[in-house]
Amino acid sequence: MMSGRRCSQEDDCCSLLSRLGSDSPRPRMKYGGMFCSVEGAFENKTLNFESFSPQTQRRRAARTQSQGPDGGGGGQTVVFPSGHTQESYDHLFISCVSPPVLPSINSVCFQGNRLIIKGGKIVNDDQSFYADVYVEDGTIKQIGEKLIVPSCVKMVDAYGQLVIPGGVDANTNLHTPQRGMHPADDFYQGTRAALSGGTTTIMDHVLVEPGTSLLTAFNQWRETADQKACCDFSLHLDITRWHEGLCEELETLIKDQGVNSFLFFMAYKDKYQSSDSQLYEAFGVLRDLGAIAQVHAENGDIIDEEQKKLLFLGITGPEGHVLSHPEEVETEAVYRAVTIAKQANCPLYVTKVMSKSAADVIAKARKKGIVVYGEPITASLATDGSHYWSKDWATAAAFVMSPPLNRDPSTPQYLTSLLACGDLQVTSSAQASFSTAQKAVGKDDFTLIPEGTNGIEERMSVVWDRAVTTGKMDENEFVAVTSTNASKLFNIYPRKGRIAVGSDADIVIWNPKETRTVSAKTHNLTVEVNILEGLELRGVASVVISGGQVVLEDGKLNVAKGSGHFIPRKGFPDAVYKRIRARSKMAEARGVPRGNYDGPVHDVISMTTSVPPTPTTRGTTCPKTQASLRNLHQSGFTLAGTQIDDHIPRRSAQKIVAPPGGRSNITSLS
Amino acid sequence: MQCNISQYQNVMMDFNQLPPSPLQSGRLLIKGGRVVNDDQSLYADVYIEDGLIKQVGENLSVPGGVKVIEANGRMVIPGGVDVNTCLMKPHLGAQPADGFLQGTRAALAGGTTMIIDHVSPEPGQSLLEAFECWQEAADKKACCDYSLHVDIPQWNETVKDELELLVQDKGINSFQVYMAYKDVYQLSDSELYEALSFLKQLGAVVLVHAENGDLVAQEQRKILRMGITGPEGHPLSRPEELEAEAVFRAITLGNRVNCPMYITKVMSKSAADTIAQARRKGSVVFGEAITASLVTDGSHYWSKNWAKAAAHVTSPPLSPDPTTPDHLNTLLACGDLQVVGSAHCAYSPSQKAIGREDFTLIPEGTNGVEERMGFVWDRAVAMGKMDENQFVAVTSTNAAKIFNLYPRKGRIAPGSDADVVIWDPDSSKTITAKLQQSTSEYNIFEGLECRGGPALVLSQGRVVYEEGELQAQQGAGQFIPRKHFPDYAYQRVKSRNQQGVTRGLYDGPVCDVVPTPKYITPSPSARTSPTSHQPQPIRNLHQSSFSLSGTQSDDYIPRRSGHRVVAPPGGRSNITSLG
Repeated sequence: MMSGRRCSQEDDCCSLLSRLGSDSPRPRMKYGGMFCSVEGAFENKTLNFESFSPQTQRRRAARTQSQGPDGGGGGQTVVFPSGHTQESYDHLFISCVSPPVLPSINSVCFQGNRLIIKGGKIVNDDQSFYADVYVEDGTIKQIGEKLIVPSCVKMVDAYGQLVIPGGVDANTNLHTPQRGMHPADDFYQGTRAALSGGTTTIMDHVLVEPGTSLLTAFNQWRETADQKACCDFSLHLDITRWHEGLCEELETLIKDQGVNSFLFFMAYKDKYQSSDSQLYEAFGVLRDLGAIAQVHAENGDIIDEEQKKLLFLGITGPEGHVLSHPEEVETEAVYRAVTIAKQANCPLYVTKVMSKSAADVIAKARKKGIVVYGEPITASLATDGSHYWSKDWATAAAFVMSPPLNRDPSTPQYLTSLLACGDLQVTSSAQASFSTAQKAVGKDDFTLIPEGTNGIEERMSVVWDRAVTTGKMDENEFVAVTSTNASKLFNIYPRKGRIAVGSDADIVIWNPKETRTVSAKTHNLTVEVNILEGLELRGVASVVISGGQVVLEDGKLNVAKGSGHFIPRKGFPDAVYKRIRARSKMAEARGVPRGNYDGPVHDVISMTTSVPPTPTTRGTTCPKTQASLRNLHQSGFTLAGTQIDDHIPRRSAQKIVAPPGGRSNITSLS
Repeated sequence: MQCNISQYQNVMMDFNQLPPSPLQSGRLLIKGGRVVNDDQSLYADVYIEDGLIKQVGENLSVPGGVKVIEANGRMVIPGGVDVNTCLMKPHLGAQPADGFLQGTRAALAGGTTMIIDHVSPEPGQSLLEAFECWQEAADKKACCDYSLHVDIPQWNETVKDELELLVQDKGINSFQVYMAYKDVYQLSDSELYEALSFLKQLGAVVLVHAENGDLVAQEQRKILRMGITGPEGHPLSRPEELEAEAVFRAITLGNRVNCPMYITKVMSKSAADTIAQARRKGSVVFGEAITASLVTDGSHYWSKNWAKAAAHVTSPPLSPDPTTPDHLNTLLACGDLQVVGSAHCAYSPSQKAIGREDFTLIPEGTNGVEERMGFVWDRAVAMGKMDENQFVAVTSTNAAKIFNLYPRKGRIAPGSDADVVIWDPDSSKTITAKLQQSTSEYNIFEGLECRGGPALVLSQGRVVYEEGELQAQQGAGQFIPRKHFPDYAYQRVKSRNQQGVTRGLYDGPVCDVVPTPKYITPSPSARTSPTSHQPQPIRNLHQSSFSLSGTQSDDYIPRRSGHRVVAPPGGRSNITSLG
């Protein structure tokens, strides 16, 4: 029945379009027909976008402005002239319908802005339905059957395919340097690969080197990305050294710059690692500002010890990487991160869930009601850690990333299952590709190998192949884990992650039947080794529309460098913070009003005598660094321990107890 | 029955060479009792001579004129072993109300005939000195046999030598490390890793006080800032998760190092569950519930009576969840937890009142040494969760095994020490501070009824407690040395050691590194970078210390081997360790 209807639709549409005036066509919602069984259902799902995002207007204005100058890439902004060129438009439209002529789209200047996707099945995270999508000015303007659209728009044929929101990849490192080297695939190649795989928004990590300003690093990244990125992007900030002074910058970033997620490292000892106290403080600040805390969860202390042990044993190859990053170390850190987040009542997002047990910890924590999200990545869903033992050094090194891929070959399946049942929520790629030559920096010492794998291009296909074709997940869940959930968490929903009127026109036409074989020869990255080499994946993006432009069609990638826009994200994402807010109110602890204790009190004066004259506590010795040689050893140690650990504790502790002199150490002895 | 006895004879061989206790009250025969060990119960008489059990069986041929004690069918069990007491742990210079004398008297009155006390040196203090100080005090005062754990307040090179000495010469095989008490006792994960590696080589059992000290410190500050200064701030600042998290981390560390771990004071359900799960996965970890956590809950912290609320202050705190005691008893019964300690550390209300305006200053510790055995019986055996053999296991045998006292303690067998209790399951008493042996003025179990208790207690072959009459002798207790590598903990660990990486060096093709120098930019990329590129000297103070400490505390072992090589005479030692 449906197909019958659809067959006639096209002609209908043409005739309709030719008849109607083209400026401001009133969207005609038609009830009955395809939607008769669920009358009104569709309209409910079409979100009133304007009410959600006051920024849209501003942004759209910005977009049209910015498109003016760089116009050559995707066509000029054409204010559709009412009627008078209608004839010629009709011609073009007809020519567009037949695919063979399509390569000329780019030369047809005004067409890029208006698109109609016909005959596809629209898949959102909550439901699927058959409808056409009309896109104008980079946003979705109409959804429905027999849309009334201006004539002569470009038509994209989606018969028999799925129309899904473009993928959102919440974790990439396209500019993050490791040991001074930038990844082989930068914003241009990376986003190009992303688009070819059906991902239309990336969230990249800004690594702020210890000691540098957050804003500086942010601006640097943003500038680079603005110049190079081919798809929309947003940025996370990686905070490598927490101290109180960052609060102001954080506030600026969240309120003015549109960054609402910050990553902390629990690994990389002495380099990026944050202590538990720092995490707690930072989480508290982030919660007040409405941001999401992300963690790289591995116990850096243990890793450091294990690395030393392995190098001592003479193991220098990439297998040492796995051996020094055992699964438990990841699990432990996830557990700790969850505990800290629970205490601080801050939403937590665990990046790169690589092992079964880590995923289990997250699943359990969620069952206890803790606001925590887990992100498996392309690599952990598609392959395992057996390759670290490959005889080919380059292959083995290509897999090096932290946390490492798990040696247990059932891990990918397990993670896929958890993804399907909602225990894990987001898939990302953790893309950070280094060429073999770059990886070879660590040929004699695995700890020096730059960490990171590819996956930005294969992500959507991997999820489809592993989860949907195997029957673990349906197409709606597929959309949820590849785009919608990430958009909700990071507060770009419904602008991204949904096919709805008002959403950005980031649309992928997904062909579930097609297969492709992953190979380094054919992929769009520059790295020589693809860790998924030879995998046959079912499910391919056949057409990709980014910002209203068709960037992939017929296997041809047509991207414009720098066409990506920065997507600001506001604080307090609803999907996350509704619960947090309610809990903050509930969590008010109250003291017990009692009368004063009037019994005898043990004499505390004796205490002062009992404090041994030796430098007992780690804290006290530090302020005065004695010059004597032997003390150098000890003072250095103590100095550091306390200084990094907490800046505030010391201060506030003094406020409370506050006898002048060195009693602060004793208070914490309790 | 006969074959059982011959089996005991074998055990006896090992003990013949042990010196007899100096204080013998001669010969004793316990008649008509049911001997309950952790594996079986049997009706047998027990003959005791020279402070040792000489024979167990029916129709024993004993010399004439021995004192006969009629057990009348009651249970004859090994005296309790309480592995967690703090009878001399100073808090701000104040000694606990119960010292070795009062504490061991209370222990004996409750059926416990051996304690293992914690030596708590201050950071910077010599472990050896502290140990000797404790031993001296205990030798003078203790009424029952005792042994000592040593707490490691900080980790450095000198501690290592002392530990070695303690293990080799002093008969200490268990050391406690702290994951809490930030800036005082707390060790970082790196330090823990090293400490565990070292203690494992020595064959010691590592006791862990498991709480996340960083978070506790943060929470304390937060709570104080909110204006909560009463004892309820204590549980509020130390929520259950922090305990469970630290337990999880401790177990992870233990697994990585392959070192047996012993979690002291399991106070919450989630911490206990974490241990149970780890054991299911094969980790060598033991969990110790304490009297307080098995009997009462944390609701008392909110009591209007400050003294009562403060009396419950201990770390980790009692869980406010009222189902906790029941859950812990269940895990104890099924073997997921192994040991019951008391964590007896009793401070008087006036001592507790040091913290009347700031809960972080309240000395931590509850009573429980006297009530321990009785309450395990009441809560687990009388409730039908546990049988009498398991009762013996959790109150004495398991502890004796873990800490290498078995079969000298924790078993009724020929050759074992004559620490015997005749247990009366039907007796019932109401706990009150007025009738207790402990001198602390407040008993946290006040008013609770407890079924089951000792009818008669023998320590070193002497009757020290009989029907409410305590005849303990000050200084009678002996120090019991414990050898390292206890089988119960280390057998599995030893065989797991084999799994070290046996593969040869990586010999595959190695990629050409020619382009590398181009990539290594002059910008700070290596780990130590943050220090090197900080320009201002003042700011550097902060940062240089950071990296300094990192490497310093990280590893001594690799470094040490370097030491020997470099080794110029003179004072360069500190510089070498700087790295």
